Amino acid sequence: MNAPHNYSRRVFLQRAGLAAMAVAGSSVLAGCASGGDGEDTVSGGGADKSAENPFGVNAADPLTVVIFNGGYGDDYAKFHEGLYTSTFTEAKIDHKAITDIRQQMQPLFNAGNPPDVLDNAGAEAMPISTLADTGQLTDLTPLFDADAIGQDGTAVRDTLNPVAIESAEYASKPMVLNYALQVYGLWYDRAMFDEKGWEPAETWDDFLALSEEIKGAGIAPMAHQGKYPYYIQQVLMDMAVKHGGPEVAYAIDSLEPNAWKNESITMAAEALLEIKSKGYMLEGTEGLDHIQSQTKWNEHKAAFICCGSWLENEQKSVAPAGFETTVAPTPLLPGAALPFDCTRVEAAEAFIVPSKAANQAGGMEYLRTMLSKEGAAEFTKLTAAPTIVNGATEGLDLSPGAASSIALIDSGGDNNWNYYYGIWYSPMDPKIQSAVAELAAGRVSAAEFTTECQKAADETASDPATQKRTRS
Amino acid sequence: MQHGRYPFIVGFLILPLTLYGVFVISPFVQAFHYSLTDWSGVSPDLSYVGLQNFQTLMRDGLFLQALRNNALLLLGLPAITVMLALFFAFLLNVGGAKGKAGVQGIRGNGFYKLAFFLPQVLSVPVIAVIWAVIFDPTSDGLANSALGWVGLGSFGWLADPNLALYSVLWVLIWGSVGFYLVLFNAAMSSIPRDIFEAALIDGAGRFSTFVRVTMPLLWDTIQTSWVYLAILSLDVYALVAVMTAGPGGPDNSTQVISLQIAQNGFQFGRAGYASAMGVVLFFLTLIIATVMLRLTRRERIEY
Repeated sequence: MNAPHNYSRRVFLQRAGLAAMAVAGSSVLAGCASGGDGEDTVSGGGADKSAENPFGVNAADPLTVVIFNGGYGDDYAKFHEGLYTSTFTEAKIDHKAITDIRQQMQPLFNAGNPPDVLDNAGAEAMPISTLADTGQLTDLTPLFDADAIGQDGTAVRDTLNPVAIESAEYASKPMVLNYALQVYGLWYDRAMFDEKGWEPAETWDDFLALSEEIKGAGIAPMAHQGKYPYYIQQVLMDMAVKHGGPEVAYAIDSLEPNAWKNESITMAAEALLEIKSKGYMLEGTEGLDHIQSQTKWNEHKAAFICCGSWLENEQKSVAPAGFETTVAPTPLLPGAALPFDCTRVEAAEAFIVPSKAANQAGGMEYLRTMLSKEGAAEFTKLTAAPTIVNGATEGLDLSPGAASSIALIDSGGDNNWNYYYGIWYSPMDPKIQSAVAELAAGRVSAAEFTTECQKAADETASDPATQKRTRS
Repeated sequence: MQHGRYPFIVGFLILPLTLYGVFVISPFVQAFHYSLTDWSGVSPDLSYVGLQNFQTLMRDGLFLQALRNNALLLLGLPAITVMLALFFAFLLNVGGAKGKAGVQGIRGNGFYKLAFFLPQVLSVPVIAVIWAVIFDPTSDGLANSALGWVGLGSFGWLADPNLALYSVLWVLIWGSVGFYLVLFNAAMSSIPRDIFEAALIDGAGRFSTFVRVTMPLLWDTIQTSWVYLAILSLDVYALVAVMTAGPGGPDNSTQVISLQIAQNGFQFGRAGYASAMGVVLFFLTLIIATVMLRLTRRERIEY
């Protein structure tokens, strides 16, 4: 079926935060996962290794690069390819920009001749944890250990945001390079808030008081993309984790018994119910899709909307002149363990080097090129999205939305957190989302909500076909 | 003449039969094969798990919910669509004012046919997007403003778990009536006029003409339509995937089997399990089509 562009963009963002941590124990599947063992057996190498060419890429070997041509386009990839061929001048790059990743790539993976680099993103992305568990991905340890380009001998892993390392790992090995950073929070129009004299609230009580004032001004305090409960789920999870600490997310990701019956989840659920029952939600927002709700937010029918940092770019053609898209962290519930100025930061846009690729060495070298400051800065310039490369945005002229996202990444620092169950246990994800939608619509109580989520988690934990993972 | 006849027939059939074998028979056989495995869909490795996938299906709450929803569509869609299409086709053909020319259709007959047929020209995702906008659950949504004008208040439509499946059913009916109207209309126009006129002279009213003359003469067409619509109501993937919250929501009220197949096969990396669902759907469709054709079999009327 032909999904309209924006539809695929939404699912792309949902699916994009591919990630994983250590696998609990080793399984039969993981056993056959790593194909070759170590850098000596990767395909396509063979030339002399040096600081400039750590994987011994043979300059004459061709390289196949497949890019998801979605919200970020493929101009950045052409720039990266240019950087690659300026080092390996004889290399011929076969560049493909497509949107139906799965339809085109699945037969190649099944036949054992996948491309050398694949940007596995979008509505039609292949299930990344399945790829990892069935041994289809190259162990990227040599890449993370190699010297970063232009950083005087610093290893690549030391130039990246920690979430990149965390989200890369499957079965304790880095397998996926999630390139872009996405920041979640409550988004508002700075210009309107300045004009009305409002300021995003830091505590729950202040948030309720501010909401009352906004409602009094004839504007709905909150909107969400109700048709896709993923968005409002970010508010719930962020408030819960900031209240109870990252252990709340660890327990949920590790499928621990009663992880959802946690006090922090219950309090966050009650907070959402309070927003709904006090009439602070935009009327009918639970039935709106992302286009409808975000447009109403741009029209000042709602003050806050929950979203990720792609919002500004997505609304570019809709936002009126003078609209200053800005992100605020979610307010703190009483007794919160984490400070106000941190949030969920996710690494997304999963670049992989298939284990059966003809030129694995070239694939890793291409990823190393992407991770140069020059490559990362160009990505941000072209897409307005920050990357996992530290300090790559210095000196760039940023839009208000991008600037506020990057400020939040910096202010949150080590307190920024992430969850992975949506990627790790894909069948569980829609069940949780469905429960969140019922909660946000005020059709269930907080207790019914946590019971429903716990049921989904327990079903996943007892499902023999699910690969269990843990983090701490 | 007899000699050389078989090579001639075979020569004609070889191409279509090969195409049919490759693109229809072989996928079916493969689906049966994969339903017995734990194939992920993205790797050449797989192992056989016997009937385990089918056992898991029996306990899969979402799949059972999808079955129930498909069953409701199966009850609603063929019955309502056939009735509406028959009614409108009858009006267009013989519903006109009684008068000098004997039996005739109502005025503007061609225009109505065109208007009803129009949804058939649009692709399903387009229809889904149009109706998703009409069913905007805020009070300034199209359907809600119209109802607001006549004082009926506003509804949640696709956002209301109690209404969502009926909203989908309505869109399905809206999209199908036009085609069956044109089909029945064509079948009706091939019934000789003098039969209607004879009925008229014998004093039959419109209702008894419809029940005693039109329906029996159209029976074959109605039967075929019924089976087609039943098969359609077991699919509805595109409509649900584009139009509903989630998709399949809210509260899984619009989950259907085809959506579960797509999710398991493509998003969850469980192609073997999805194939098992496909096999179940295959047998369901087969049984329902057979039962319907048997139950509705009647003596054929020649004219």
